[in-house]
Amino acid sequence: MRSSRFDATVLTLGFAFLYIPIIILVVYSFNASKLVTVWGGFSLQWYKTMWSNQGLMDAAWVTARVGIISATIGTVLGTLAALSLVRFVRFPGRTLFSGMIYAPLVMPEVITGLSMLLLFVAVGIDRGFWTVIIAHTTFTMCYVAIVVQSRLLTFDRSLEEAALDLGCPPVRTFFKITLPLIFPAVIAGWMLAFTLSLDDLVIASFTTGPGATTLPIKIYSQVRLGVTPEINAICTILIGLVTIGVIIASISTKRTEMRRIRDEHAALRGTT
Amino acid sequence: MASVSETHPANRSNPARWLVVAVPYVWLLLFFAAPFLIIVKISLSETAIALPPYTPLFKGFGAIGEFVSQLDFDNYLFLTGDPLYIEAYLSSLRIAVISTFLLLLIGYPMALAMARAPTTLRPTLVMLVILPFWTSFLIRVYAWIGILKPDGLLTLLLQSLGLLGADDQVQIFRTDYAVFIGIVYSYLPFMVLPLYSALEKMDNTLLEAASDLGCPPWKAFWKITFPLSLPGVIAGSMICFIPITGEFVIPDLLGGADTLMIGKTLWTEFFGNRDWPLASAVAVILLVMLVVPIVIFQNQQKKVA
Repeated sequence: MRSSRFDATVLTLGFAFLYIPIIILVVYSFNASKLVTVWGGFSLQWYKTMWSNQGLMDAAWVTARVGIISATIGTVLGTLAALSLVRFVRFPGRTLFSGMIYAPLVMPEVITGLSMLLLFVAVGIDRGFWTVIIAHTTFTMCYVAIVVQSRLLTFDRSLEEAALDLGCPPVRTFFKITLPLIFPAVIAGWMLAFTLSLDDLVIASFTTGPGATTLPIKIYSQVRLGVTPEINAICTILIGLVTIGVIIASISTKRTEMRRIRDEHAALRGTT
Repeated sequence: MASVSETHPANRSNPARWLVVAVPYVWLLLFFAAPFLIIVKISLSETAIALPPYTPLFKGFGAIGEFVSQLDFDNYLFLTGDPLYIEAYLSSLRIAVISTFLLLLIGYPMALAMARAPTTLRPTLVMLVILPFWTSFLIRVYAWIGILKPDGLLTLLLQSLGLLGADDQVQIFRTDYAVFIGIVYSYLPFMVLPLYSALEKMDNTLLEAASDLGCPPWKAFWKITFPLSLPGVIAGSMICFIPITGEFVIPDLLGGADTLMIGKTLWTEFFGNRDWPLASAVAVILLVMLVVPIVIFQNQQKKVA
């Protein structure tokens, strides 16, 4: 078949384009030579210099804390927003609300960053750790809302209705039935929020203050000075962490899905 | 669609449930909507040598008359009077249009190939497209510096293949070409995924019917596949076009001094020249330019949801 050969070629070229630059970057982080284009043999020395670079390590710590806190708040808010969009069909200002959920997804970061900064200055909040967290929470909650929303749309409502019919209070129904069922999407949303926070340079640059330099800001200032194997090393570690996270998440999602199917089968057998 | 639990008796009389809407709503009003009003306001004030570097405009709710009389359109007059800014806007739009077109050109065959792949293979292919998206934007742009710079790996490769003389170097880094490469590379997953989800849903019996009736494959593509995938084309194009127009990192790291993009201009006005009101005016005009694409994107998203 001609078309399937064409498809295979397209996919091979496409994925080569997507992955070769990342692979090169990872490989050259193990380069003994300081010159990026000369291969001087395998070495871990750049990981050692990176480790002893106090500024870089401080920035990594700030980034991790910002990521965890903002992803957690963003996941709670985003899940609530998704529930609002799917379950609350009519409420005043719904169009504005859904607009505010979708707009941050495409809004150029320079606009979001600048407008946030001006808000903080206008109300007199000192810029620093917490302003970055507020900014990150605001844009990551929208991504969480989209992820959770798509799960809620394909969601079997009969279990919820059964619980409500049997007199289970709505809040309890949510925690006992709804939340466990949408949990994989909530976790995926949290991970997405965390990585987005980890990656963000532009919004963090606008909203940060003294003592709250995040890793992307640090990397960016070093990249402007030139390509060094030390940056490759820190990038490799970030890529590795994200890859491991994504793989663990996808395996655990598959497991819960399989367990759910098994439980359903068991339940069906039990009732007959 | 009438929601069942909304009308459920156990649910209807519970005022606490409105907190579900109110909490994220208020957050977004405070931290997403309100900042836009402030940015418009500050773009209409004068620059002052102080911290914050603009004259305060709003001194209380009673001063609305004073507020109107103090509005200062100087920043906008300055922007529209200086050809450099107009060129930066036009150049951003040009780069965004060309890169969106390139993304469609590369992304469409990929999405189509993924949608035609065996069902068992598709989740893996989707995963492979998503994975680079999880890797930092900055890292992916940085990876291209090492490849494209004059003494970089591309020069080395072409020299070793004999395609380039030993003294010649690839002159792509710090030009618009490098910006296009960086943009296409960074935004490709955003283009492929909406296209794929549109193409995957397609009913293959239509294509079979067309081929049974003697329609050649290329004609069937333009008559059936492409029109049916248009929602994906629009969604993908908007998801790419809008942020590319305001892109900062890629033109800053890969582009040259003559690569004009408005995101870079805004950054320089803000961090370099510390002219906050002018930076705000730059942002407001950019936002006005993007209102139509954003509305198209929102309508598309609502249809999908």
